[in-house]
Amino acid sequence: MSFVEYSEFIQEGDVAIIFLGHDSMMPIKVQQGAQTQTRYGVIRHSKDLIGQRFGTKVTCSKGGWVYVLHPTPELWTLNLPHRTQILYTTDIANITMMLELKPGSVVCESGTGSGSLSHAILRTIAPTGHLHTVEFHQQRAEKAAEEFREHRVGHLVTVRNQDVCKEGFGVTGVADAVFLDIPSPWEAIQHAKSAMKKQGGRVCSFSPCIEQVQKTCEALAGQGFEEISTVEVLLRVHEVRSITLPLPDFGPDKPLETPTDTRIPSNASVLCKTTTPPREMAGHTGYLTFATKPRM
Amino acid sequence: MFEFDHPTVLFYNSLSRRLDATTWNEPIRVDYGERLIHLLSTICPERILNAKETQASTWVYVVGDISYFSILLFLLGILNECYSGSYKSSLLFSWLSSQKIRRETVLMADNEDDDSQQRVNEGDYVVLKRGDIYKAVQIQKKKKTVFEKQWFFLDNAVGELYGTTFEVVSGGTLQPRKPKHVEHAADAKEAGTDNRHILDDGKSQKLTRDDIETLKEQGLKGQEIVQQLIENSTTFRDKTEFAQEKYIKKKKKKYENSVMVLRPSCRILAMMYHGREPGKICHLRYDTLAQMLTLGNIHAGSKVLVFETCAGLVLGAVMERMGGYGSVVQMYPGGGPVRAGVESFGFPPHFNDTLHEFPIQHVNALLAGTLDTDAKDIDADGLQANGEKSDPTSPKKAENKKESPDAEDQNMETNSSENSAAEKEAQEREKRREIRGQEKKVRMEEKRKKLAAAAVLLQGRNADGLVIASRFHPCPVLLGLIKFLAPSRPFVVYSQYKEPLIECYTKLREQGGAVSLRLTDSWIRHYQVLPNRTHPVLLMSGGGGYLLSGTTVTTDTPKVNTEPTSVEEPAAKRVKLEEETE
Repeated sequence: MSFVEYSEFIQEGDVAIIFLGHDSMMPIKVQQGAQTQTRYGVIRHSKDLIGQRFGTKVTCSKGGWVYVLHPTPELWTLNLPHRTQILYTTDIANITMMLELKPGSVVCESGTGSGSLSHAILRTIAPTGHLHTVEFHQQRAEKAAEEFREHRVGHLVTVRNQDVCKEGFGVTGVADAVFLDIPSPWEAIQHAKSAMKKQGGRVCSFSPCIEQVQKTCEALAGQGFEEISTVEVLLRVHEVRSITLPLPDFGPDKPLETPTDTRIPSNASVLCKTTTPPREMAGHTGYLTFATKPRM
Repeated sequence: MFEFDHPTVLFYNSLSRRLDATTWNEPIRVDYGERLIHLLSTICPERILNAKETQASTWVYVVGDISYFSILLFLLGILNECYSGSYKSSLLFSWLSSQKIRRETVLMADNEDDDSQQRVNEGDYVVLKRGDIYKAVQIQKKKKTVFEKQWFFLDNAVGELYGTTFEVVSGGTLQPRKPKHVEHAADAKEAGTDNRHILDDGKSQKLTRDDIETLKEQGLKGQEIVQQLIENSTTFRDKTEFAQEKYIKKKKKKYENSVMVLRPSCRILAMMYHGREPGKICHLRYDTLAQMLTLGNIHAGSKVLVFETCAGLVLGAVMERMGGYGSVVQMYPGGGPVRAGVESFGFPPHFNDTLHEFPIQHVNALLAGTLDTDAKDIDADGLQANGEKSDPTSPKKAENKKESPDAEDQNMETNSSENSAAEKEAQEREKRREIRGQEKKVRMEEKRKKLAAAAVLLQGRNADGLVIASRFHPCPVLLGLIKFLAPSRPFVVYSQYKEPLIECYTKLREQGGAVSLRLTDSWIRHYQVLPNRTHPVLLMSGGGGYLLSGTTVTTDTPKVNTEPTSVEEPAAKRVKLEEETE
């Protein structure tokens, strides 16, 4: 297993995602002799997991069962240990496309945070790209670096523990794309510019507040960035339901011609398949500001 | 002859630890000059795990066995020597030629201008941009291009850098606009505070329609016309600063004849198609396409199935994300795959090696194991399904019919010269038919080979991803193609409408074999961000279609029930079911 390459069978040291049921998952590290408790009972790694195919049904000790899934950046995003607020798949998808990431892209990112976006970037730029990620919080930086190694993507990423606003990304003239998710992105725009290739590239900044966006846009325009555009993307999840709509009883219809046949019985109803929106949904994550660095 | 910027050679394993030569069976990182990447990628592309550039040097990750690396080290050693004295470069060449590497390729890599890959070449697929409008074209000499009510020739774009803005001048020639566009009339900083005295009498512009036409005919640049309009507007000075800016922006859009030449990308093409021809791509909005690529976990090295009728846009997007690694099998309906959109991406030729195709009308046969890719009639089958069967036979019949009365006529006539002429003609016709038959045979053989190759890829039923976006009902497509996926792999289905996806969802639930089913759509809002004028853009897209995504799992086998644990299972299963249908 690796986050950038599928494999068929579960091996020791792999990260596996235990699918327990609707919207209920847990990540585990597969180890010889280890056990994992779930609400359906215990999973014994040596017997139940190692050597099995990803995607198989595993029967737990209490007779319940779970599925064990191959990790992907999307599943990881839903299961990772939060050290910070994270970016979710909807925003990540748009960031990836709008930054024009593909195999071979060199990307700068700050901050690393919990590594939710980092994993998605690594998946996309492998096997020939590289991610330079900067995190000013030492413990988080170390934890992220450790995770990348465990997930076998360490060779694709360099984690730097420094302040991106003061010291930049630690590289110059190499990046095709830069992503910023920091409180004051406008202070890092200049560093973003110098980290990017001579022939230009794309930049994105994620900010929850419009004031941050305004300052960032000003800084981007000031540094000569073009095509500055700010968007917001939200995901609507539709829950599929079978609903029953009762029919009212209008009483006898044209009583003279058809006496009882067309009368709707009082318990009549119509069954239909439909979707309902969830009662509450994420209404705002952040504004995504994109820009192009022209060739200088 | 060979000059490398960074002559030091360092070996690392994947954990960035420096290695001794004895542990070479580990992945190795080579710290060397940028040109080494080109060199290595020509010699051993399959050995390069990762190659990247840092500010100081270039790193190459390679995988392979010891014997291979002894050769590699030999090569590197020579390169190292080359740096100080060029006499050994001949050694390198002899080694390279023994490896059947063309000398030109190596030289090209060496002498490469940093910008050479950034320049527009004849035959390139590019995207023209003006404002928010895009158009994909191929660069062809002396070919008239119409874009945004302007016509011009792209000849002058050849040799220029991607991202250059051109001014369209008279005669349709393009002139690169070199200096950064100087900010507009910022000199006259006179502005009103509100519009209480501005009257709409329709006379504020002193230039008439004819005057403007004359200015245009004089060959005035767009910028100059805008300046004229401003100077001849009586109300311009009374307008607020913001209104002035808006006025200039509007006029610029109308009179400035500039066009930018860009390198195509999934982002640009998805936005272009959505803006220009949404009908051709089933109204698939770019943010929805972005979700598809991410939810489908599309990445290098995987084997992805694509079924689309979106002009090739979705296929191109998938191929861009795969970067030429792995394989894509395009499942196509009808007579052949549609790939117009793929062409616009301008992929390097080796991307085509990863692209396979399989006609969807053979899916059932393949699943049943009755598909015989050696059979000669496989192509005829395909044609029949597309209503093309009459095509190869009918002209033949027609010809025969035509020929026989001719022959009879000739027999009745006694003129021998006419007869021989007719004979010649008949012979030629015969020849032509033979050639056509031959060509057709070759084509059929090629098609058969392609089909066989795709069938091999599919037969393992171990594909890593499935992407569906078509005008067909998604339900049968999904249920048919999901069988080719390995367990624990994502799939994503696009539909312009929600209801067919509800059906897919229900059927998949009944049938099993998939978890994490989600029916979603996304909503995108653009913002105008300007000092004191920040707000959402007034017009937004009403809908970008719907997605059903999920992950495959192994389907239940009856064997499970015979296991001892099955005694307890029913109870647990009930609990589970309740939860899942929640």
